[in-house]
Amino acid sequence: MLDILLARIQQKHRTMKYPDGPAPQLPGNYLGRPELAPGDCPFGCQRCLDACPTAALNRHQDRLGLDMGRCLFCGECVPVCPTQRLSFTLDYRMAASRRADLVTDAQGSCLAGALDAPRRRLFTRALNLRQVSAGGCNACEADSNVLTTIGWDLGRFGINFVASPRHADGLLITGPVPQNMRLGLLKTYEAVPAPKVVIVVGSCAISGGPFAGHEEVLDGVGDMLPVDLFIPGCPPHPLTILDGILRLLGRLSETS
Amino acid sequence: MANSASGHPGIANGQAVDVADIPAMAVPEFLESVARAIEQGMRASAFFGQPLEDGRLRLWALLALDNQSLLFPYRADFDDWHYPSLTPRCPQLHWFEREVFEQWGMEPRGHPWLKPIRFHAPYRHNPSAADSKPSPQIGVTDFFQVEGEEVHEVAVGPVHAGVIEPGHFRFQCHGEEVLHLEISLGYQHRGVERNLIGGPGSRSIHLMETLAGDTTIGHATAYSQALEALSGDQVSARAQMLRGLALELERIANHVGDLGALAGDVGFLPVLSYCGRIRGDFLNLTALICGNRFGRRMIRPGGVCYDIDRAQASELQRRLDALEKDLAVALGLLWKTSSVMARFEGTGGISRQDCEAMGLVGPAARACGVERDIRSDMPSGIYQFAQIPVSTCGSGDVYARAHVRWLETIRSIAFVREHLANLPAGEIQTPLSPLKPNSLAATMVEGWRGEICHVALTDANGHFSRYKIVDPSFHNWFGLAHALRGQQISDFPLCNKSFNLSYCGHDL
Repeated sequence: MLDILLARIQQKHRTMKYPDGPAPQLPGNYLGRPELAPGDCPFGCQRCLDACPTAALNRHQDRLGLDMGRCLFCGECVPVCPTQRLSFTLDYRMAASRRADLVTDAQGSCLAGALDAPRRRLFTRALNLRQVSAGGCNACEADSNVLTTIGWDLGRFGINFVASPRHADGLLITGPVPQNMRLGLLKTYEAVPAPKVVIVVGSCAISGGPFAGHEEVLDGVGDMLPVDLFIPGCPPHPLTILDGILRLLGRLSETS
Repeated sequence: MANSASGHPGIANGQAVDVADIPAMAVPEFLESVARAIEQGMRASAFFGQPLEDGRLRLWALLALDNQSLLFPYRADFDDWHYPSLTPRCPQLHWFEREVFEQWGMEPRGHPWLKPIRFHAPYRHNPSAADSKPSPQIGVTDFFQVEGEEVHEVAVGPVHAGVIEPGHFRFQCHGEEVLHLEISLGYQHRGVERNLIGGPGSRSIHLMETLAGDTTIGHATAYSQALEALSGDQVSARAQMLRGLALELERIANHVGDLGALAGDVGFLPVLSYCGRIRGDFLNLTALICGNRFGRRMIRPGGVCYDIDRAQASELQRRLDALEKDLAVALGLLWKTSSVMARFEGTGGISRQDCEAMGLVGPAARACGVERDIRSDMPSGIYQFAQIPVSTCGSGDVYARAHVRWLETIRSIAFVREHLANLPAGEIQTPLSPLKPNSLAATMVEGWRGEICHVALTDANGHFSRYKIVDPSFHNWFGLAHALRGQQISDFPLCNKSFNLSYCGHDL
C-alpha cells in the first residue's frame, strides 16, 4: 500500500491544462493544417498534383485546392512546388462539420461548429462514444484511445468510450471501411439509440486514405451514415481529435 | 545439411538474387524438401503463391536457418490445382497453406483445418471446376463445435468492447473452462498485397506505413530494405542508425503500452494509468524526430527523411532519462504486487515444444525460452554493427510475455541512449537506381511483435510481380488460440493482451 502511495507521488499530476490553458507544444517537424499562399501557379504546372499519392490536390479553373480529407500529410507536395505556395503549419485545428469544409484553398477553410441545439443540449456535458475500427491500422485508434489516459483525461469533459453501442450516444469511426466490415459497422450504428452522433477520424474513414480505390474497401464512411464531424489526418494528432470533439459539443468558442 | 536441399546456397537478410539462380524443383521434390527442412529445424518465414502468365501457380517457400543467418528460397511450378498438404507434417505451415488456398485456389489436400482466413474471393479461377462457388461471406464458415451436456459456445466480435480492431472469436466452453477457441479474422482486409502488384508506385510506401499502423517503422524499413536490395544501393550508416533508433522507440512505446494494458486487464489501475501516459510520451519522442507520433514520413527507400541534430539529441536524452525513471517506478510496482503476479503466473502457458511446432515469433516465442530475434539471428541495417542482447524467459505464460517486454524495453532504452550520443556521420538519403528485373529480395526486421518478412519479386521491367508481406501476427494468432486451451474464459482479455496481435497486419 505504501509503495502504491509513494509511486503515486513520484508520478506527479500529469493532466494538461488545455483547453483552459495553453495546448501542449507540438514538435517542430509536425505537419498540421496545410496552407496555400495566395497567388497563381505557373502555367500548366502539375508538379504537386503528380506528387500527391492520394489526389488530395486539385485544380478547378486555375484555382488550387487541397482536400484535407484525402491528405496523408506526407508533405511530398511541398518541395516540388516551384513557387512555394504550399506549406504545412503547426496548427492542429482541422476538424470540420461538412465534408466540403475540408477543402482548403487560398482563403483557408472553415472549422467545425457545434451540433444542432437539441443534440448539443443532450451531449454537451456527457457524451459516450462507441469506437468502431473498420479497417483502421491502429494508429487512429491508438491516438483516440490515448485521450483516455491521464495526460489528456477525456473523462473530465464527460466524454467516454463505452463498450456497448447500446450505452453510446454515437460512433467514432476509423478506417477505410472494408467490404468485410460494412455489415458490422451498420449494425453497430443501428444499435446506438437515437438521437446520435457520428464522428469520422482519419483520412481513411473520410476518403479511404491510402486504400482509396481498392475494391476491397468502401473508401470510408461516405454516404453510408450521416456524419457530424470530420477529423482529418493520418493519423490526426490527439489534440486535433480533442479539438474537434470539443467544437462539436460547443465547448470551444468559435474564435479559439 | 539442410542448406543443400534447396539447391541454392542461401541468401542473407536484405539480399537480392536473380530468380533464374534459384533452381526450379519438381513438385514432389519441392514438397519433400520443404517438409524435411522444417522437420530438421528450419522455419517457414514465408510460403506463398505467385501466378504465372501461363495460368499455373508458382509456390515459394522461404525457409530460415537462424543459426547460420541464412534464408533458403524454394520454388516449384504447379500444373495441378491441388497438392498433398504439408501441415500434418509441419504444423507451422497451417496458416500459410490456408492463405495459399484462399488466394489462389490451390488446395492442400488433407489439410486438417481448411477454412478461409480473410474471406475474399480468390485471385485466380479454376476453369475446370464444375461449380463456381459463391464469394465467401465474412465470418460464415463451419466453426468447430464441441458437443456434450453443459457445453456452451461464446461468440465475441467482430466489434469488441474496447478501442480495438475487429475480429471474431468463438469459444467452446465447459463452465468457465475453454475447451477450444477459434479465431476468425478478415474484417480488416484492405487488399494491400493485390494493390502492390505493378509497383513500386507513389502509394506503395504509404501502404507499408499503414498496413499495421503501430508498426509503421518496422514495415516501412522492411520495404525500404527490399527496394535497396533490388536496386543494389547502400544506405549510409547514419541513415541505418536513425532507422534503428526509430525502430527501438517504436518497440519501447508499444511494449510500455502493453505492460500498462496487462495491468489494466487484472484491474491494477495505477500501473495502467502511469504506463498509458508514459507510452504517449515515448510516441512523442518519435514525433520529436519526424513530427509524427507513429513515425510516418521517417523511413523512405534510400534512407530516412529526418535527421537528428545535436539539440534534438540532447532533448531526446533528457526526456529519455525522465521517462526511464518514471517507468522503473511504475513497473516496479507491477512486479512487486502479489495479486498481479498471481494472475500473470501460470496463465495462458505455451510449452517450448508447441512454440517451435507452431513457429511462433517475437516476444511470444522468446517467452517460451526460444532465442529467436532477427536483430541477432539475421541482422540487417545497423544491427550488423550494434547488438542488442536477446531477452528470453522460460515459463511461456502471461508473466513471461510481460517479463520479456520489460527486458526488451530496458535494453532498447540503453541502445537508444548509447547510439544517440554517437551517431555516425553521413548523408541520410541515397538516391536509388532502377530495380533489377526478374529478381527476388527478402528482408526481415524484428518489429516489436516479432519477425516481419517481406519478399519482393520483380518482372522483366523491374516492377513488382508479387509482393509478399508476413506480419508477425500471421505466425502468432494460432498461438493465442492454443494458449487459451484449458484456461478460464475470463482470462481471455489478459492472454489476448499478452500477445497483442495485429488484426490489420494479418488481414492486409
